[in-house]
Amino acid sequence: MNIKSKLILIALLAGTVAVSGCNNKNRKAEGAEIGNGGVSTAGTGTGFGPDGKPLGDWQSGASAELLSQTRVYFAYDSSALDPDSLAIAEAHATFLRDSPSTKVVLEGHADERGTREYNLALGERRAQSVEDVFIALGVSPANIEKVSYGEENPIAEGHDESAWRLNRRVEIRYDR
Amino acid sequence: MKLSTMKKFTALLIILLGLMLNPAQAVLTIEITKGVDVGIPIAIVPFSWNGAPVAGESMTKLIEADLTRSGRFDSIPQSDFLQQPHNVKQVRFKDWRLIKTDYLVLGSIQQTGATMYTVKFQLMDVFKGSTMTGYQYTVQRTKLRNVAHQISDIIYEKLTGEKGAFNTRIAYVTVEKTKKGRRFLLQVADSDGFNPQTILDSNQPLMSAAWSPDARKLAYVSFEKKRSMIYIQRLSDGKRENVASFKGINSAPAFSPDGTKLAFVSSKEGNTEIYVLDLRTRAIKRLTNNFGIDTEPSWLPNGRGLVFTSGRSGQPQIYRMNADGSGVQRLTYSGKYNARPSVSPDGRLMVMISRGNGRFHVAVMNLRNKEITKLTDTLLDESPSFAPNGRMVLYATEQGNKGVLAAVSSDGRVRQTLRFLQGDVREPAWSPYLRRQ
Repeated sequence: MNIKSKLILIALLAGTVAVSGCNNKNRKAEGAEIGNGGVSTAGTGTGFGPDGKPLGDWQSGASAELLSQTRVYFAYDSSALDPDSLAIAEAHATFLRDSPSTKVVLEGHADERGTREYNLALGERRAQSVEDVFIALGVSPANIEKVSYGEENPIAEGHDESAWRLNRRVEIRYDR
Repeated sequence: MKLSTMKKFTALLIILLGLMLNPAQAVLTIEITKGVDVGIPIAIVPFSWNGAPVAGESMTKLIEADLTRSGRFDSIPQSDFLQQPHNVKQVRFKDWRLIKTDYLVLGSIQQTGATMYTVKFQLMDVFKGSTMTGYQYTVQRTKLRNVAHQISDIIYEKLTGEKGAFNTRIAYVTVEKTKKGRRFLLQVADSDGFNPQTILDSNQPLMSAAWSPDARKLAYVSFEKKRSMIYIQRLSDGKRENVASFKGINSAPAFSPDGTKLAFVSSKEGNTEIYVLDLRTRAIKRLTNNFGIDTEPSWLPNGRGLVFTSGRSGQPQIYRMNADGSGVQRLTYSGKYNARPSVSPDGRLMVMISRGNGRFHVAVMNLRNKEITKLTDTLLDESPSFAPNGRMVLYATEQGNKGVLAAVSSDGRVRQTLRFLQGDVREPAWSPYLRRQ
């Protein structure tokens, strides 16, 4: 199974968990092989299993929803992650930490305003912001590749903020 | 030049495309959008031609277009002419004084072989009633456009005292959407956009073309390997070499004025910094060391230093440093975005992209008194570069949702656009003077 379909499957499973509610939650918490759910969100238990390790929060409905988002957006001329972007980056970081054989490409982009070379550097810096989160949460740097396209690969056409806000992004890619 | 004259002139230029010497290559149009009444008045009589006056007319128009777009000349419309002399003996100078021209250009084109032509021209001083200069060229038909640009250069130099830059080339990138995705072409054309030749064809982005000082090579950034890498390509045979493919970004190449070094940008050590590659020894030296983005290096004409863009103050601003990275000094303080600097060949002016009222326009800074003049008022201007004589600036802008190239005289008086009929055009770079090879 490739990573993309794995992600979709996780998202679907977690959706089921979220919809079917408490019973699943309890059952899940009992599973010895799952061990510590740890990270404070719904769908996980609180105890430590015998050989358990922190699984991360990707199991929860909320995290799966975050994992299904593979783009994080930025403010103009900024490489800072806002709380929404940070949550998405953290969800992917947890997933990657727990799948040490998975490699990821962080593809940084900018909107068309300003100079192309500066935007290339800005795209790199945005990818760097996401990489910093990944590494802080335990993802192996060897599994992360950064690429910047600057303003060269917009996903939205048009010359106004409605297009620009979509183009200022980092794409978290498992398929490259 | 008066507005009505201006309109007529623009119309003539567009007609010119249909007449020019190789119609298949006429993919750019010149539109002069702003003119003023302060240029040197000059009258260019349609060159005589053995049998076919159309091409002679076109050559005249080409010279007229060159001189006008420099912003230094006002061409007298032909409808004002009181006579149409074909040689010096026929010239009645009082007729030319009457229509207030200071200078007069006469010429002829003769076919001297199957594909060979002889072009003659003379430049005359109307007040003195005498010939100032004259030249003769014997060339292939395909070189007639170059001859016209050379004639423009001679007239320009004779009357302004400065070297002309019409017989030069420009490099740029075109982008077309195809069924398979996007197609990027790196092209080289004459300074007026004619005779385009493709030197690289890619389905991935291309950017930042930079000329070697001898105008024989181009450095550029290509994403063909799914990330930015720098190549240097020889124009004569298309042979190229990958010179920077380090981890992270590799971009913003700039040849030193003596051609022995290439400044470039890399994030190989984590942060975006400026480096210099010695093209002979292949040694690499890091010039900047700063947490902010450092990019867009451009050499001072004497090679002793560089100007560059840095985000170290929190916003992009322009700085200068010595060639070894020492002596960093901030140059721009007004506005929140000043980037992509380039210094004129005489070292007096620096052109850049500045943001004001949400617009990114071309501006020049006088490096002596640090005074800044806005040259354009468009929304998304990019990549300004000086003509080798420093009198015009070529840049990219948007017009009707399309990327076009435009040029503006360094004093902002005359602007023109070079528009492709298809696709977007971007990332222009004006060549140095061409030398005989």
